[in-house]
Amino acid sequence: MPAAPDAVAALKGRWAGLTDRPSLDHPAVNVPATELLGVLRSLKEEHGFDMLADVTAVDWAEGSRPRFTVVYHVFSTVGHEYVRIACACPDGAAPEVPSAVGLWPGANWHEREVFDMFGIRFAGHPDLRRILMWDGYPHFPLRKDFPLAGIETELPDPEVVAETKAGAIAAPMMGGPFVAKAGGINMAETEPRAKDESWSERRPKPGA
Amino acid sequence: MVASATELAYDSKIEGEVIVSRADAVINWIRSNSMWPMPMGLACCAIELMAVAASRFDIARFGAEVMRFSPKQADVMIVAGTVTYKMSTAVRRIYDQMLAPKWVIAMGACASTGGMYRSYAVMQGVDRILPVDVYVSGCPPRPEALLDALVKLQGKVAREPSASKLLSA
Repeated sequence: MPAAPDAVAALKGRWAGLTDRPSLDHPAVNVPATELLGVLRSLKEEHGFDMLADVTAVDWAEGSRPRFTVVYHVFSTVGHEYVRIACACPDGAAPEVPSAVGLWPGANWHEREVFDMFGIRFAGHPDLRRILMWDGYPHFPLRKDFPLAGIETELPDPEVVAETKAGAIAAPMMGGPFVAKAGGINMAETEPRAKDESWSERRPKPGA
Repeated sequence: MVASATELAYDSKIEGEVIVSRADAVINWIRSNSMWPMPMGLACCAIELMAVAASRFDIARFGAEVMRFSPKQADVMIVAGTVTYKMSTAVRRIYDQMLAPKWVIAMGACASTGGMYRSYAVMQGVDRILPVDVYVSGCPPRPEALLDALVKLQGKVAREPSASKLLSA
């Protein structure tokens, strides 16, 4: 069974568009979206990377090119090695990459989660719905332009809204999120503290 | 000792087969000593809720051991855990299906205020959609704290004007 670096070298010999990706742990390679499914299929069927461990994404912030990169971790249950595949979405405004559900059924929920959090569409996905947030939620929470506290939104059920007048609010920062500072000799200073206590539900955010 | 104690409350020789009391006292006595919980277990607080029902803490001592998963048979909803906005629909609908009179205990930091989840996904306190009677602090609260909340709720029920409410309903 070939080792992970050999597999990556073989892939780069076969597809010209592949480039090395800086990595501290596993061999990693950048793949164009057009070659993505071919590379994944080759890893699975020819190099023994039979398990899709993770599908996630990176938002490089508005104005960056590429804006979104989808990252796959594939694992060989025979060689006990990982390979990381990164695929930049060609279009930052309407990001889309091909779906890997045809290769690994387990990619289904991973891709739904990436769609839910980043709004990246997976072409050919059999059931691309939100998986964590409710259907009809208008935002993508893990995008860089989504504020940490959240955005005021209607609740999913209009009947509950009519009865209670409640809504999803921008959560006040008072009391959280708690951030621990590393280092320091005094243990009391390294305790987790609220990051921003300057505003709450009753007191508006300064400068907002 | 036992004989003298019973004579204080009820003496069949004097009163016959009749006990005199207020309607509120009788109704509230019946209600508060048999409060069947609706266990709305949503996170780790539910584990403590299970401990409360198990032998060591034994919520049966206070008449609330019959956890009813049918809201129609429950009196008090114990919201035990993090209420996400997505879950809020189900929580409110189950509450709506409970028959009056009904009460709500918000168990733990998350159900009371959102707790440590200052997030786009978590409701900042279940009292935004439900009328909460008793809040329990803790993350998660000790089982004793939930027992204390139940006793507090029983005290609250004991002071309700139940008879006039029933007549005006």
